[in-house]
Amino acid sequence: MDFVNAIILLLNYIFIPALTYGSQLALGAIFVTLIYGILRFANFATGDMMSFGTMATILFTWYFQSLGVSLGVLPTALLAIPFGIIFMIFYMLLIDKFVFKYYRNQKSPPVQFAMVSIGVMFVTQAVVRIIIGPGDRRFFDGEKFIIKAREFKEMTGLNEGLALKSTQVITIFVTIVLVSLLFWFLNRTKTGKSMKAYSDNEDLALLSGIDPKKIVLVTWVIAGILATIGGALYGLDKSFKPFTYFNNMLPIFAAAIVGGIGNPFGAFLGGYVIAFSEILLTYAYKKFFMYVLPESMEPNSLVQLLSTDYKFAVSFSILVIVLIYRPSGIFKGKVL
Amino acid sequence: MRKNLNVIAAYSIMMVLILMVGIFQSWNIALSIFNLCLISAVMTMGANIQWGYAGLINFGIMGYTALGGLAAVLISVDPVQEAWRAGGFDILMSLWLIVVMVLVIRFILKRFEKSKIRTYSIAAIIISGILLIRFSAEPGIEAIEAVDPAKTGFLGGFGLPIIFSWIVGALFAGGLAFIVGKVALGLRADYLAIATLLISEIVIAIIKHEDWLTRGVKNVIGLKRPAPYEVDLQTTDWFIKLVEKFNAGKLTVIENLADRQAALNQLVIEGSSVFVKLCYSGLFLVVVIILLILTQKALYSPWGRMMRAIRDNEEAANAMGKNVVKQHLLIFILGSAIVGIAGAMLVTQDGLFTPGSYRPMRYTFLIWVMVIVGGSGNNFGAILGGFVVWFLWIEAAPISLFLINFFTAGIPETNALKAHLIESVPYFRFLLMGLGLLFIMRYRPKGILPEKIEIK
Repeated sequence: MDFVNAIILLLNYIFIPALTYGSQLALGAIFVTLIYGILRFANFATGDMMSFGTMATILFTWYFQSLGVSLGVLPTALLAIPFGIIFMIFYMLLIDKFVFKYYRNQKSPPVQFAMVSIGVMFVTQAVVRIIIGPGDRRFFDGEKFIIKAREFKEMTGLNEGLALKSTQVITIFVTIVLVSLLFWFLNRTKTGKSMKAYSDNEDLALLSGIDPKKIVLVTWVIAGILATIGGALYGLDKSFKPFTYFNNMLPIFAAAIVGGIGNPFGAFLGGYVIAFSEILLTYAYKKFFMYVLPESMEPNSLVQLLSTDYKFAVSFSILVIVLIYRPSGIFKGKVL
Repeated sequence: MRKNLNVIAAYSIMMVLILMVGIFQSWNIALSIFNLCLISAVMTMGANIQWGYAGLINFGIMGYTALGGLAAVLISVDPVQEAWRAGGFDILMSLWLIVVMVLVIRFILKRFEKSKIRTYSIAAIIISGILLIRFSAEPGIEAIEAVDPAKTGFLGGFGLPIIFSWIVGALFAGGLAFIVGKVALGLRADYLAIATLLISEIVIAIIKHEDWLTRGVKNVIGLKRPAPYEVDLQTTDWFIKLVEKFNAGKLTVIENLADRQAALNQLVIEGSSVFVKLCYSGLFLVVVIILLILTQKALYSPWGRMMRAIRDNEEAANAMGKNVVKQHLLIFILGSAIVGIAGAMLVTQDGLFTPGSYRPMRYTFLIWVMVIVGGSGNNFGAILGGFVVWFLWIEAAPISLFLINFFTAGIPETNALKAHLIESVPYFRFLLMGLGLLFIMRYRPKGILPEKIEIK
């Protein structure tokens, strides 16, 4: 019985939260990796672009709520996401037209692109804060829990409860669907394949008649979808605050690089690597050992490898280690 | 003279702008803007050495600034004897353990050939070492943090004058830059940017959460000052006389003796804070001028030419026998050290150390905007960038408030949109910075004062 309790404990406090957080990071990381692979620059505006998409989703959610439209047990935001995506894609294409296109035509070095993306970061941040303000926003409605911890305890008679939030299930489900669709698109359709070719060898791709304008357009569209959904899922699960989104850029970068930047599948796995290591290393295992070990060997301390304050530091350290020993990432990068 | 006309013109405009703030808003505001402009100028000089001279991208400016600030705390705060007695031994033990660990790793690296076993054993040593240190230092840390946590709860510093921290801050930042440079400088430009950004976040995380060293988010307040205190000035005879002399015209108009005394008191209070700020301005100006002379000399020296050669064509410079790796490391350390000085200056001026306030937006990206806008590779440009951008950063809110009121003059105050816009005035500074950066990058990519290399 103790053993089952220990498993449930780990499931409840490590596995499910890490899987959710990892999915959110994974979507962001694929976004970074796509931009890096095809448009060839590190996009420092990642976090703020995600917050822009989320903001659009929130605005539509409020609009639907004011109309009285709802999805019952599901959050209204799910209905608003497609509209948010359209808004977001429009914004991204606008930025591309007025900012990035010029440097692409100039064939500027990646560093210059990165600098420009910082300008975009400032502007996007300002726009988001001016429109919706810097405060904390919760826009979740509908049923909060699928399984409540207390119900689970009563149901199974175990000591440990397993809480399953609906946002966690939605996040994981949406991520799986979206990522499978994306990989199907990249591997099976003609446009997806030409994107791969373009990422692999630009000159060769152009010679074989691939239209760069179309590739760039499709990339921004996919990026907009990923950024909005990733951001909205994070906001549903936790809450929306522009500053948090800006900070999330850092673990997202870490995930993209750990997975091998330019490689979407690597980025997808990288998100989970980062999320699991953050949570595994900062979780206090005292209770777990109390269940598993005999009473005489019970630990006195919290058995916590690092305090939770260092959550971000964990992912950054992983990134630094990967950068030093395997700069191309765990899965070789730069092959879309 | 004519060659430098644009430099002189740009700086004159800047000075006039600051003077206008003094005349129309208040001298206090003008001077605090000026002081922070000077500090920003030091930071931009550091970033400019790395980016402009050598083409190294460093997004970790925040980390070096914070280390400079930490130096100010560790130098100037009086040591907390009780905390040292409570946990000093444990902390010293851990320090000793770290030294042993580093030595062992160095020994292994030197002694054995590169192999998988070596890598794994080094990893094992690091992990077990960290665990050992964590468990051995824990009681000491808890004891230190328990010593009067509302007031101290940390080890304190050395109780020296805070001015020394400017040098120590440079050493701290340089030391960190040495480690970071050894680790990350081989990376490609955009990877280096990300790596330095993340490393600076790690530094901030450590400063924020190692309470025994820095007091963490509880902040350290009331640091010593290199300048006199306002309260002391207000009771000093010579200062009151000075204020009286300056405002003689204003004061003689007032007939009533009591009124005149009250007016004088008011002026003394205002004057004292202006005087203190002027003291800081003087100190900062000295630093800026010394650094400017040094960096200018370096830029036109054979070393500066070599750096530019490395920046413009690494392979060619390498083929000419220049040690690119070593020079990159050197310039990375130098630039970071200058940023460290600025960090210490900032904490000195504020008189408090707040680890929670170090955010990448303000301390990394804004500095980069300054360098790019001012003109990378040109020290005068970088300093000007510091001035212009900081000035706009502070004055953006009043300017945008004015513009909003101007354009919505016909709309009543109760209009929801207008109220919302006025409420979000503070965020227009981000918009201004972003647009400024984008426009400069597009239409004047070399900055306001572009790099100009004269071969003499």
